[in-house]
Amino acid sequence: MTSSSPFTGRDLLCLRGGRLVFQDLDFTLAAGGCLTLVGPNGSGKSTLLRLMAGLLKPLRGTIAWDGVALAQDPEAHRARLHYVGHLDAVKASFTCREILSFWAGVRGVADRAAVDRALAAFAIDTIADVPGRFLSAGQRRRLSLARLVAAPAPLWLLDEPTVGLDRASVALLEGAIARHRADGGRVVLSTHIDLATPGGAVLDLAAFAPAEDDEDGAEDAA
Amino acid sequence: MLRLILRDLRLVLRQGSDATAALMFFVLCVVLFPFGVGPEPNVLMRIAPGVLLIAALLAALLSMERLFQGDFEDGSLELLLLSPLPAEGVAVAKVAAHWLVTGVPLMIVAPLLALLLRMPVDQLGLLVGTLALATPLLSLIGAVGAALTLGARRSGVLLPLLVLPLYIPVLIFAAAGLDAGLSGLSPRPHLLLLGGMLCGALVLAPLAIAAALRAAHE
Repeated sequence: MTSSSPFTGRDLLCLRGGRLVFQDLDFTLAAGGCLTLVGPNGSGKSTLLRLMAGLLKPLRGTIAWDGVALAQDPEAHRARLHYVGHLDAVKASFTCREILSFWAGVRGVADRAAVDRALAAFAIDTIADVPGRFLSAGQRRRLSLARLVAAPAPLWLLDEPTVGLDRASVALLEGAIARHRADGGRVVLSTHIDLATPGGAVLDLAAFAPAEDDEDGAEDAA
Repeated sequence: MLRLILRDLRLVLRQGSDATAALMFFVLCVVLFPFGVGPEPNVLMRIAPGVLLIAALLAALLSMERLFQGDFEDGSLELLLLSPLPAEGVAVAKVAAHWLVTGVPLMIVAPLLALLLRMPVDQLGLLVGTLALATPLLSLIGAVGAALTLGARRSGVLLPLLVLPLYIPVLIFAAAGLDAGLSGLSPRPHLLLLGGMLCGALVLAPLAIAAALRAAHE
């Protein structure tokens, strides 16, 4: 993770369900950087994160890592990112440790100690052997976040990571993000609460929304 | 991939229901036929291949709907698609797990049920061999349908409509192979055709499943 290779998006335009979500959007994220996405509901924060993850493709523009477009090497990009979405991927019949070991294993980390460290980092080591069906929403979210620490990856894409978290857990997340950035990692996150990201940039998606013009909208839909 | 297969197997062991339900469905379905058709040995022997295969086909279909649904709903599938594992690998692993928990038990139970239908004992080897070719095909083709109907409302109705027509060639050649065996002919050409279809499906189905899974997440 020593490279200074920038993670960039240029001239992005995204269409969802026939509606133009944002256009002319640019971003640059250097190693150790943090980008906080803000904007009203429906302004495309989740869409942009899914674009960055490669789950969606922009209608126009390119997202590139060190000058190489994601579309050219999707597998290399998947290997370097962690995505935390709205769903926590918690199986009701598996314990926290089993779930986390599986996701770490998928990323090639078969180390029991790493899993234990990740559980401790989000204070779920005390419930490590509790099956998923007994977890609260906040505990599920913390388990989902623990994946970030269990298997290192340079790019974290976090879609509203603080949903369901209490104040103490938010502090744990802030600590994890700070450590990740100190190691040269990058973070893109969307949030509705104040999450301390010292030195991080803010991207307001409302600025890239298409003009609220009915004729324009009708044209785009057609 | 192996890890994903093991996880799916463990999931089935803990939750049970789906795979065992498919197996019980298979057994009950076949057992019903002697009651409906009557205990005439010649008639039963004549219809045995078709009955066994159609019951196996429906049992595979029954368990197919949940193949990707659980992982889709809780977000696991999204994470798997974002993992370093290629989407095709995810598809192969899911299908392999499905075959291990439904296809293999069917193959084990089928000879017993065949005896119930008065199939000659010397044909049981052929039956297991045919099922060994047919059940992975059922899993592969069904998984394409399951992936395509992901996220669609009423996928429970859509899936059989989509998949059952595609099952027809499997049914034809598997049944013809068994019939040939029963009437003293060589089942070899039919089995070779089934094997050919399996080879084709092994290559093509994962590509189709992966594309459908990606589309479901757009």
